[in-house]
Amino acid sequence: MKISPEKALAIATLARLEVSPELAASLSAQMDDILGYMDKLNELDTASVEPMYTTVEQPGFLREDEVAKEFGRAQILLNAPESDGEYFIVPRIV
Amino acid sequence: MSQLFHHSLTQIRDLLRAGEITAREATASCLDRIAATEPRLDALLHVAAEEALAQAKTMDAHGPDAHKPLWGVPVIIKDVLATVGMPTTCGSKILENFVPFYDADCVTRLKEAGAIILAKANMDEFAMGSSTENSAFKVTKNPWDLARVPGGSSGGSAASVAAGQCFASIGTDTGGSIRQPASFCGIVGVKPSYGRVSRRGLIAYGSSLDQAGPMTRTVADAAEILQVIAGHDPKDSTSVDTPVPDYLEALNRGGSLNGLRLGMPEQYWGEGLSTEVDAACRSAVELAVSLGAQIVPVSLPHTEYAIATYYILAMAEASSNLARFDGVRYGRRSSQTQDLATLYTRSRSEGFGEEVMRRIMLGTYVLSAGYYDAYYRKAAQVRRLIRQDFLNALDKCDLICGPACPTTAFAIGENTADPLQMYLTDIFTISLNLSGLPGLSLPVGLGKDTGMPVGLQLFAGNMDEAGLLSAAQTLETHLPKLPEPPLA
Repeated sequence: MKISPEKALAIATLARLEVSPELAASLSAQMDDILGYMDKLNELDTASVEPMYTTVEQPGFLREDEVAKEFGRAQILLNAPESDGEYFIVPRIV
Repeated sequence: MSQLFHHSLTQIRDLLRAGEITAREATASCLDRIAATEPRLDALLHVAAEEALAQAKTMDAHGPDAHKPLWGVPVIIKDVLATVGMPTTCGSKILENFVPFYDADCVTRLKEAGAIILAKANMDEFAMGSSTENSAFKVTKNPWDLARVPGGSSGGSAASVAAGQCFASIGTDTGGSIRQPASFCGIVGVKPSYGRVSRRGLIAYGSSLDQAGPMTRTVADAAEILQVIAGHDPKDSTSVDTPVPDYLEALNRGGSLNGLRLGMPEQYWGEGLSTEVDAACRSAVELAVSLGAQIVPVSLPHTEYAIATYYILAMAEASSNLARFDGVRYGRRSSQTQDLATLYTRSRSEGFGEEVMRRIMLGTYVLSAGYYDAYYRKAAQVRRLIRQDFLNALDKCDLICGPACPTTAFAIGENTADPLQMYLTDIFTISLNLSGLPGLSLPVGLGKDTGMPVGLQLFAGNMDEAGLLSAAQTLETHLPKLPEPPLA
C-alpha cells in the first residue's frame, strides 16, 4: 500500500486541506487504487523521450511591456471576502 | 413563437437578420423553453432572464446588424467561463458567490458578434468529472432519458442544447468534456486545437489541456460559433497566432467525401466497445465509404496508457491551479479565521467537494519530492509518445475516426462509487487532449439496446478544424436526422 490513511492526512496537510479520519481512510484506498493503475506507465521505456509539458510549438509570445490600467481597485476588491475598501483583509500575520 | 426552439442556430440567425423575428422573440422563446424543461432537466445554474430581455429590447430598437454574425442569438455558457456581472461558480461551493468583473475572451467575442448571453450551465465541479454528478449544486439529467447522465463535465451545456433551451453553448474540454456529453445528448461538440481559442477567463483545471469550444445541434452551427470564438489573444501566452480560416467556406462542399482518407485506429474499434455503439459507428463509417471515403487501418499503440498519463498530468496541473482558492481575494472564506493557515485550510476544505479534493491530493502527491520523476515527468514523456502516435497515423490519413465513448449515457449513480471506474470511461476522448489536436463528436444514430444517442468522433491534424467540419457536415447531411429527445 502506497498511501496509508496517515499518508493521506499528510498529503492533505501539504495541499492545505483538512480531511476527517473517515474521509482519509476512504481517500487513501481510492488513491492507492488510482496510483496502482498509473504504475502501468512503468511498462514503457522512456529513457530517451523528452518530456512534453505543452503542445504549443510556437516560441513564447511576448507583448511590449506597456503600462495599462484595465481594472480599478473597486472592481478588484468586489469579490473580496473581507476588505476595507483599500486592501484585502486577512488575519494578523506578525 | 413557442416552437422557435426547433430551429438551428443558422436558421434562427437568418430569421433574425431578415427581421422576421425580433431578438426579444428569440430570447423569450428560449426563456419559455427553459421554464418548461428546467424543472426536470436541471441544466442551468443561473438564468439572466431580465438582463437578456433588456439587451434584446435595446438591440431590436436599432434593428438587425448584418456585420454581427450572431445578432440576437441566445447562447448559454458553461459556468467555468467568466461572465461579467453574472455568477461564475465552476459548479463549486468555493465560488458560490463569485461574480467576475471581466468576461472570458470567448464570451467577449460572442458579445461582439451580437450573441445574447442567456444563462450559465451546470458542470462537474471545476470540470472534474464525466457525468455532471460532481456539481455541488444539482445533478443534470439527460433529455433523452431523465434517469441517465448527460455526460460531463459540460453536461449542463449538452443537455440545454439538446433540449432546445438555447441555440448553442460554449463548453470546455480537458479530457473529453465537450465531446463525451455531446455524444451522450445527441448533439455536435468540437474540441478545437489547443491554442485555437483563448483560455483567458476559462478558470483553469489542466492548463496544458483545457480548450473551449462549440456545442450545437448542427455542424454548420458549430462552424458559426467557432468562427467567432477562434483567434489569437495576446493576453493568453498559449494562444496560437495562426490565421483563422473561413470555416463556413469549408461547409457545403458538394456532399461527397471523394478522396478522403479516413483512419480507423485498431485500438478504438475492438474490445470494450458496447455492441450498439460499435454498430452505430460502423454504419456511419460505411456511409462515409459510400460517399467516397477510403478506409485506412492505423494504429495508436499507446492508447492503453492514455488514461494514466492524462490523470497524472491533469491532477498535477489542477493541484497547482486550484491553490489560488485560499479564501483571501475571492470565493468562500471560512468563519474560522484565527490565523492565516487556518483560514486557507478551512476555506478550502469547506468549499471543495470530494472529487476535487481527491484530485488535488493526487496532484500534490505526484508532484512531491521523490515522486515527481516517477509520475509527473514519466507521464510527460508518455504524452510525447501519444502525440507522436497521432502524427504518425495522420501521415497515412486525413482524419481519424472512432467512437466518442464505449457506451451510451450511463445511469445516474452507476459509476459514482468507484472514481477509477469513472475515469476509465474517458478512454476514447482523453488522448486527443494530450496530443493538442482538434476533434469533433457527431451524432450518428441511436443505440439499438438503449435507444440513446451515439457519437462518432473525428480527429484531424493540428489546426485543421475546417477539415473536421467539412467531413462531419457531409456525413450529417446523409445520416438520418435524429428525432427530438423525448423531453421536447
